[in-house]
Amino acid sequence: MTSPLPLGPAIDWETGRIELAHGSGGRAMAQLVDELFVAAFDNPLLARRDDQAQFAVAAGRMAMTTDSYVISPLFFPGGDIGSLAVHGTVNDLAMAGAEPLYLSAGFILEEGLPLDVLRRVVASMAAASRAAGVPIVTGDTKVVERGKGDGIFINTAGIGRIPPGVAIGGDRARPGDAILVNGTIGDHGLAILSQREGLGFATALKSDSAALHRLVARMLAAVPEIACLRDPTRGGLATTLNELAAQSGVGMLLHEAAIPIRPEVRTACDLLGLDPLYAANEGKLVAICPSARADRLLATMRADPLGGDAAIVGRVIEDPDRLVTIETGFGGRRTVDWLAGVQLPRIC
Amino acid sequence: MIAFDAFRDGETARRLAAAIAAEAQPGRSYAFMEFCGGHTHAICRYAIAEMLPANLRMVHGPGCPVCVLPVGRVDAAIAIAERTGVTLCSFGDVLRIPGSHRRSLLSAKAAGADVRVVYSPLDALALAQALPDRQVVFFAVGFETTTPPTAAVLARARHLGIGNFSVFCNHVLTPPAIAAVLGEAADRPVLDGILGPAHVAAVTGADAFAGFARDARMPVVIAGFEPLDLLQAILMLVRQANSGAARVEIQFSRGVTAAGNRAAQALTAEVFEPRAHFAWRGLGQLAESGLRPRPGFAAWNAETRFEIGDPPPEPRTACRCAEILRGLAQPADCPLFGSACTPESPHGACMVSSEGACAAEWSYGRGRRRIWKELR
Repeated sequence: MTSPLPLGPAIDWETGRIELAHGSGGRAMAQLVDELFVAAFDNPLLARRDDQAQFAVAAGRMAMTTDSYVISPLFFPGGDIGSLAVHGTVNDLAMAGAEPLYLSAGFILEEGLPLDVLRRVVASMAAASRAAGVPIVTGDTKVVERGKGDGIFINTAGIGRIPPGVAIGGDRARPGDAILVNGTIGDHGLAILSQREGLGFATALKSDSAALHRLVARMLAAVPEIACLRDPTRGGLATTLNELAAQSGVGMLLHEAAIPIRPEVRTACDLLGLDPLYAANEGKLVAICPSARADRLLATMRADPLGGDAAIVGRVIEDPDRLVTIETGFGGRRTVDWLAGVQLPRIC
Repeated sequence: MIAFDAFRDGETARRLAAAIAAEAQPGRSYAFMEFCGGHTHAICRYAIAEMLPANLRMVHGPGCPVCVLPVGRVDAAIAIAERTGVTLCSFGDVLRIPGSHRRSLLSAKAAGADVRVVYSPLDALALAQALPDRQVVFFAVGFETTTPPTAAVLARARHLGIGNFSVFCNHVLTPPAIAAVLGEAADRPVLDGILGPAHVAAVTGADAFAGFARDARMPVVIAGFEPLDLLQAILMLVRQANSGAARVEIQFSRGVTAAGNRAAQALTAEVFEPRAHFAWRGLGQLAESGLRPRPGFAAWNAETRFEIGDPPPEPRTACRCAEILRGLAQPADCPLFGSACTPESPHGACMVSSEGACAAEWSYGRGRRRIWKELR
């Protein structure tokens, strides 16, 4: 695509860095937007270079969401802040059963950020957006002084269309319903921890970061009665189930042995004094459906590349106190509480 | 890969629980104290107490390093962190301990102090090397398990001549705390045995606990931290109690010997010396219960460098941490438990660490009994 702007000096992608001018609204910013964002995200709505994207919508219900990404480190095994910013927002739409249509992207860049780092993040974001089939159609760039950011912060917002007949909400779980997950939990949280300064431990573990909307579409086609969907990101499975229990006014009973956890995640958690139930996920969902439909839903999930390790992990029960409880591997029962504060390693 | 699963086998657990139930004599009751916070956590996490007969009770002990740290030492750490040019590092849980006026190192950090989480004292020393213009202080907390690494770092700092690093030492010793719980006080808890901490004993050796068996006629079993370790150790305590024996047995034979880790003991003795007294939350001033760097390490002792004095006595509050730490009250007996004091907003230290009796009971036990009834 050709730029309508007169060209400034060529951007030095190899050794250049973000300067305050890249967020000033002047030519440097226009050049960055043109040569990087418009080129990478490459779609007709963005290419118009208006201050907003314009598009037609069908009749019916829409879903809208926004999320900000401040992850450190920017690159981690299995993904980076760019792919995460696409997957996370696509998933938030998918958890309403919506078909994601468009994304926006807002960048807050720190002065001094190597342009090569930004270019890699944007390329990853563009690839994730193309793979998901959800274009990034509008955006914004700001630059903050050195020391006032952490390299790159990204906000993405998304809108999607909810197909007729789909009614998913956190308040729709009923006693007797089955609780399912689409695979192993805690992979993302432990993959990130393994990269943290001071805690580096050697592991082949990768983040599970993935867009779940196609899996959700298959699940809804097979079992339209799905009552709840939610992605257990920060706070992990435990916190997500507590949210759903509180919203629906029910309790939940989990079976510890049924919850899929990779041995390396469990071992790392044991060594660090963490609980995988509270570890973050970026490519997982919790689904709650009537028990009579659970086997069909499970089979559908397992047939999808993102659901091979899916499992029924528990059931919804009556409980005026709205507690989540778990049956341990040898028959004891305990409460699974909300995450308190930040999950920090124990000291001995 | 570490094969933890072998120590969590459900079938073996049920067999051990059945053996405990069969051997516990119906005509008497058993009260065993798990000294260590790691045991408290595991007992709650794996719902071990629910697998035991009704006449066998586990009493939570004072062995949580975060819980026994007195308010005055937390206040002193906050004061150090607030000094210009200081970077204070510690383990994650430590940052949440409430000091006076419910301030913590986390709230000091939010107000602008440079407070950082490290995962090892070596990380704190590396930070001092990376930040030569700042005074880096490691806020050292813990029992005999975490003391040798702090000793190693002090020895290394002195060897390398790193002048911008010091340790605010709050290391404490297990035997004086057990002695205080078992002591002469009229209101001491009635106990039939002690579950000894395997990690501490791996360093000190099981012999460090022999005095309690001999003098207090108290059965002691040094136990590991996996569910099967705990159940096996409880069975061993029942057998000792039934036979009237009082000796130290090692359940955690895969890690603990009678003599312990002599290299770690030697390093600790080279760097640290006992203080005449150390104040414990709940237990008060205990003689020779805490460690401080020897005079040869004064240049790396934060108490010397920042002129930290002895903390004032503990303020009196409605919080019953003190009795809970001594095994005289259960967390649910405290009027603040679950209302004014929760893990999100801890009032007392027992609610801070996941090894604290209150935090473990609250997080894993809340409402459990009622739910149980409904499900059966």
